[in-house]
Amino acid sequence: MSAEGIALPRELRLLGLRRSTWPRILAPLLMGLLALGAWEFAVRHFEVPAYILPGPVAIGQTLAENWASLLGSLAVTLRITLLALLLAVVTGVALAMLFSASRWVEMTFLPYAVMLQVTPVVSIAPLIIIWVDNVQAALLVCAWIVAFFPIVSNTTIGLNSTDRNLLDLYRLLGASRWQTLFQLRLPAALPFFLAGLRISGGLSLIGAIVAEFVAGTGGNSSGLAYRILEAGYQLQIPRMFAALALISLSGVAIFLVLSLLSHVLLRRWHESALGGER
Amino acid sequence: MSAAHDQGAPGPPLLALRGVSKRYANGTVAVAGVDLGIEAGGFVSLLGPSGCGKSTLLRMIAGLDPPTAGGIAWRGGARPSLGFVFQDPTLMPWRSALDNVALPLRLAHVPKAERHRRAREMLSLVGLADAAGSYPRELSGGMRMRVSIARALVTEPEVLLLDEPFAALDEITRFRLNNDLLRLWGLRRFTAVFVTHSVFESVYLSERVVVMAARPGRLHADIRLDASSHRDEAFRTSPAYAALCRSVSGALEGAMAA
Repeated sequence: MSAEGIALPRELRLLGLRRSTWPRILAPLLMGLLALGAWEFAVRHFEVPAYILPGPVAIGQTLAENWASLLGSLAVTLRITLLALLLAVVTGVALAMLFSASRWVEMTFLPYAVMLQVTPVVSIAPLIIIWVDNVQAALLVCAWIVAFFPIVSNTTIGLNSTDRNLLDLYRLLGASRWQTLFQLRLPAALPFFLAGLRISGGLSLIGAIVAEFVAGTGGNSSGLAYRILEAGYQLQIPRMFAALALISLSGVAIFLVLSLLSHVLLRRWHESALGGER
Repeated sequence: MSAAHDQGAPGPPLLALRGVSKRYANGTVAVAGVDLGIEAGGFVSLLGPSGCGKSTLLRMIAGLDPPTAGGIAWRGGARPSLGFVFQDPTLMPWRSALDNVALPLRLAHVPKAERHRRAREMLSLVGLADAAGSYPRELSGGMRMRVSIARALVTEPEVLLLDEPFAALDEITRFRLNNDLLRLWGLRRFTAVFVTHSVFESVYLSERVVVMAARPGRLHADIRLDASSHRDEAFRTSPAYAALCRSVSGALEGAMAA
């Protein structure tokens, strides 16, 4: 629907966001509040005991009471998650560059990357925890295994789908291999990489939680998964829910931050960042 | 670069193609035995139906594809500086118009201030001074093609190769860009080799139209047009233009029948 030329009419803005953006935020928020209200009502009305299903208010209270210890666990889990994501980005992009530099390397190693991806992490985690002495390192390896594949495969596709004419132009202009890589192929692969990164962000959290479950680490540096296990053993169901809420909120936060990053980087040039203008 | 710039003296042409052929790995012969000389400073169109190998020939001249037989020789031995305009604008969508135009200078390690100055100058020459900060997505098709032409000319190349650059544009925009291209040619005096499948465009723009036949791609006719007539909108409706179009059209029909 956008007009030809440079000047698009500026849309009205409310608190810095487009007016058409607000329903995207408000509609799911309202839906969530309604669902929480219905849940609370049902729990009270049918007098469901808290050890079966606690209401949102009870969960909120538990969250507030255990805030300090839960926050400590959240920090532990997020640290593993973000480190794994960072490691996935570095190794994923490096591997993708290697794949796109040589078809032989890609043909030789891609099947094994796929194998690593399709094997459920729960089934390898016990082995990794036995092999790697340091528990933190073992958790990191598990989360990394889950997170790195979308980055490798997306970035490889991105690097291999550079505009043929632009490649010809760079060749014609006598660009070096490095100039072509850093000024053409990597920027052209950016939208693909960012799509992979958004998937990997969620996966690295899942990987970290799964690994924590398998490791069942105790002591003072244990993450949210351990809190859930612990609360389960003690039948403190509200605390299980509180930890669960923190995990899913972290997942949402990771997704939002990566989406924002993607939007900021691509908004002036890529179709995928035009969502708001439809 | 040893050859002196001899004005008009009959010497070897700037570019000489001898028996140039291109056979693809699957056996298709795209170009067969093309002999062609191109003088410095001229405006030559390669005209032909699709599949006649004219784009392949242009790519071989640019050095993007090696010929499978024959030779391409530049006067003085070394390939002069080239500008290439693709059928699509072929801009980097993540860079502003200014940075797209400055690309050849950037790859040649020209300092930032200098390359921005020259890119700005080139953008205003194609009438896009105000669009320097715009991204390709924010420009119309015609404006993108202007950016593409500005990029090809920013290094002040001796030779400009154009591969059906205006084929995807509407007629009004195409006419305007035709005039812009002629104005730039008058200003910079590069040697232009222009690939097109439009008789009207080839006659309007060039001093010489080389008509090609297809399957395999080969030369069919070499028509020199009267270069003295002034090319402007009045020329487009003149009887002289109509007559030239008729004769080139006839040659093209002959090529299609051949």
